[in-house]
Amino acid sequence: MSDIEERVKKIVVEQLGVDEAEVTYLSSFIDDLGADSLDTVELVMALEEEFGAEIPDEDAEKITTVQAAIDYIKAQQG
Amino acid sequence: MDSLINLQGEIALVTGASRGIGRSIAEMLGKAGATVIGTATSEKGADAISAYLTEAGVAGKGIVLNVADKDSIESVVKAVTGDFGAISVLVNNAGITRDNLLMRMKDEEWDDIITTNLTSVYRMSKACMRGMTKAKKGRIISISSVVGASGNPGQTNYAAAKAGLVGFSKSLAREIGSRNITVNVVAPGFIDTDMTRELSEEQRNNLLQNIPLSRLGQPGEIAGAVLFLASPLGAYITGETIHVNGGMYMA
Ligand SMILES: NC(=O)c1ccc[n+]([C@@H]2O[C@H](COP(=O)([O-])OP(=O)(O)OC[C@H]3O[C@@H](n4cnc5c(N)ncnc54)[C@H](OP(=O)(O)O)[C@@H]3O)[C@@H](O)[C@H]2O)c1
Repeated sequence: MSDIEERVKKIVVEQLGVDEAEVTYLSSFIDDLGADSLDTVELVMALEEEFGAEIPDEDAEKITTVQAAIDYIKAQQG
Repeated sequence: MDSLINLQGEIALVTGASRGIGRSIAEMLGKAGATVIGTATSEKGADAISAYLTEAGVAGKGIVLNVADKDSIESVVKAVTGDFGAISVLVNNAGITRDNLLMRMKDEEWDDIITTNLTSVYRMSKACMRGMTKAKKGRIISISSVVGASGNPGQTNYAAAKAGLVGFSKSLAREIGSRNITVNVVAPGFIDTDMTRELSEEQRNNLLQNIPLSRLGQPGEIAGAVLFLASPLGAYITGETIHVNGGMYMA
């Protein structure tokens, strides 16, 4: 697992208060991990803080799974 | 009893704490153990706040803030968070009046009131949101006015803003209740401050006739309601407006 992947997963675990074992790449924040809309906003803000990125609303809407978050951060950093 | 109103460990930001109701709120939250940051629009006012807080043995200080200025709000919340920690009790108290009959009201009079009395509450609350959601606790208390509920000739602008923050608070209370953050309003009636000292003798007498307790309220009587909401005693109250008006308007 790359550093980015690990950090994203850690944030998801912290923000959503879920078990690490539950978090897979395909996990959808809302459907699988029980997030509500406020959770997803907080999650995106936590990602912004962690990676020093600014994620516009249009992009944030598309970050619905762990994989999508990882891909987005990778694309930003790369 | 003491432990129920103990605010030890809380970081309270009170806007417009240089005088009147805001000052009384700052002093009372401080006496209950909170660290208090009080704001004024001038350096001199901020220094005076620092002085009365120190005098009362309260931790915290006065700082300059213009609630009508977005940048000022952002930099103040950032500085306070850096110096003292995340704000856990926000009291939106700063407010002004620009009375006029609607037929004569100027756009500036309308805009000044909406910006200073309503948009400020949106901006301040938003600026404190991250700290509160992260901490999973917080109290947001905004000072409305009886006029927002009853209406008052000459105050269409002021009443609109004061009623507006009630709707704002109810909605925000629903948004962030799951984060253990309560959002409430205290609506004062006529309180003895600079704001009401502008009234004429005649206006004052007319008002008193409609107040069952037949007197103006004291700033401390508003501060008491704010303290209640900020303390563990008020933990299960959210989206609510507490009217403190001597019976002049019964909601
Ligand atoms: N008094 C009443 O009867 C009454 C009744 C109902 C509701 N209220 C509400 O209660 C609140 C406090 O009223 P009060 O009677 O204590 O008022 P006040 O004595 O006139 O004091 C107003 C406070 O607000 C501050 N302020 C004004 N404009 C500001 C700005 N742009 N940015 C930041 N701070 C600003 C002032 O700071 P400076 O000292 O630096 O100018 C001062 O600390 C207000 O929201 C008011 O609408 C009052």
